[in-house]
Amino acid sequence: MSLRTPLGRARGLGSAKAGTRHWWQQRLTAVILVPLTLWVMATIVSVTTLGYDAITLWLQSPFNASLILVFLLALFHHAQLGVQVVIEDYVHSEWQKISCIILVRFLTLFAGLVSILSVLKVFLGI
Amino acid sequence: MAAAQGPLSPHLQVYKPQLTTVLSITHRATGVFLSIGALLLTFWLLSVAAGPALYAKTSAVISAWYGQVLLFAFCYSLYYHLCNGIRHLFWDAGKGLELKQAYASGYTVIAASILLTAATWAAGVLG
Repeated sequence: MSLRTPLGRARGLGSAKAGTRHWWQQRLTAVILVPLTLWVMATIVSVTTLGYDAITLWLQSPFNASLILVFLLALFHHAQLGVQVVIEDYVHSEWQKISCIILVRFLTLFAGLVSILSVLKVFLGI
Repeated sequence: MAAAQGPLSPHLQVYKPQLTTVLSITHRATGVFLSIGALLLTFWLLSVAAGPALYAKTSAVISAWYGQVLLFAFCYSLYYHLCNGIRHLFWDAGKGLELKQAYASGYTVIAASILLTAATWAAGVLG
């Protein structure tokens, strides 16, 4: 047990440099997701009721496909940032915490890529 | 790091539940739940890309009662997280932090998320 105060230990080390970036990106993706989510919900409900051909036709419009891609990028980035904060707050063992964060990073990256490539496949009609 | 001797946060169980705390923890819970929903959205997009055969199977699962229950839970969670997220953005801007305002916006979030869910469900059933 050191007799140094927490302030004494932290002084001179500087900040972690990354905290603001995480916080800011969480807000930035949140702001863009508000209109995009409302748009996705409004259109997807009407399109899915029309069946498979209507969905593919809808995704083949560059406007729709682009907005969906922006939505997916923002969504998976937002999810990764958010779940990481929850893990950091509730998982107290250091190796479990880091393992969970890496796993979530991998899962969101992988699922995000699969989603984006699926949209592109339908968009290109291949 | 050997500095884990101090108090750990957050100790939720020692506090009496209030509207503000319940909405706050629900925001986190729906956030985690919706992340799982994002993975299912991936599967749905994958099945659209795979062609009509797999899409029909996915549709059948979504149309089944358990698919509908799950879809409804995701739908409400999405609107709740969206509305309460806007509330959080106002707080980040330093607005609406008074206790009375926090309660008023809390009730507004509950009402708005129920209305949006009902509207979406009605559009899906009638459309």
